[in-house]
Amino acid sequence: MNDSSAEFEFESLLRRALAPVEPPNDLSERLEVTLSNLTELAADELEAWELGAMRDPRNWVRPAAAAVVGTTAGAALVLVRARRRARRNRPDNALDAAEKALRDVFGEARKLLR
Amino acid sequence: MSSPPKPKAELDAEFTELYRSHLRDVYSYAYYRIGNHHDAEDLTEQTFLQAYRHFERATRESNGRPLRPWLIRIAHNLAANYYRDRSRRPQTPIEDTDVLTAPHTTETLVEGRDELQRILEGVNELPDDRREALIMRFALGMDNREIARAMGRTDGATKVLLHRATRQLEQIVKERETAP
Repeated sequence: MNDSSAEFEFESLLRRALAPVEPPNDLSERLEVTLSNLTELAADELEAWELGAMRDPRNWVRPAAAAVVGTTAGAALVLVRARRRARRNRPDNALDAAEKALRDVFGEARKLLR
Repeated sequence: MSSPPKPKAELDAEFTELYRSHLRDVYSYAYYRIGNHHDAEDLTEQTFLQAYRHFERATRESNGRPLRPWLIRIAHNLAANYYRDRSRRPQTPIEDTDVLTAPHTTETLVEGRDELQRILEGVNELPDDRREALIMRFALGMDNREIARAMGRTDGATKVLLHRATRQLEQIVKERETAP
């Protein structure tokens, strides 16, 4: 066997050894959900607040947080988690809600930075 | 003068297309680089999150060139962090049974299992840059130019790297074959 055919045969073995690996289905599904959350997230957060409500400075906290953290993917995940938690334990008062949302955001951000 | 930024919806649609086209590439790269499915899943997820974060800029700066090398470069950097943080390389090169059952045919399994296994073990003995170049070429089917972009090298240097990687691997496999 000459050098070039030996080389070709070895490369063909290498191609078989390193065959592409299909990602697990649950990974694809999880990523699809995460990415679709990300694409909708910042807009949802901001749309949920009417402009009229913005006249009250007490209402600035949450949309501001959404605008800031909505710019990055990692931070967007923070909001997904914070929103889920907020839905589970929604306070009655708007100021409490804003403070709680901000606490959640910072809490989740700290976890991501660890 | 720079062109106006694309609308978010358009960028999101482009990102979705990128994700669907290259999920298998990123996962394959992560799997062969890290050596187990669990961490490969994490690495793949992190790669796409990072990619989403910087997608607008990458699209702007790519001048229409394919984004796969950029995506693989993100995975490469994250894999480097993974090893740096954990101060380790794969303990067992690859989860043998999984990799040999998922993508290969029965015929392959019967005929070449030992040989393929020796090659996989050999790949994991290579220096990082040579191993990565081979993964990109043979698992992902990237050409020299794409690999060069992913690794931040010139086309010429990449060609030499691939050649040396293949020759070194061949030598390792031969030594394993003749080892008592």
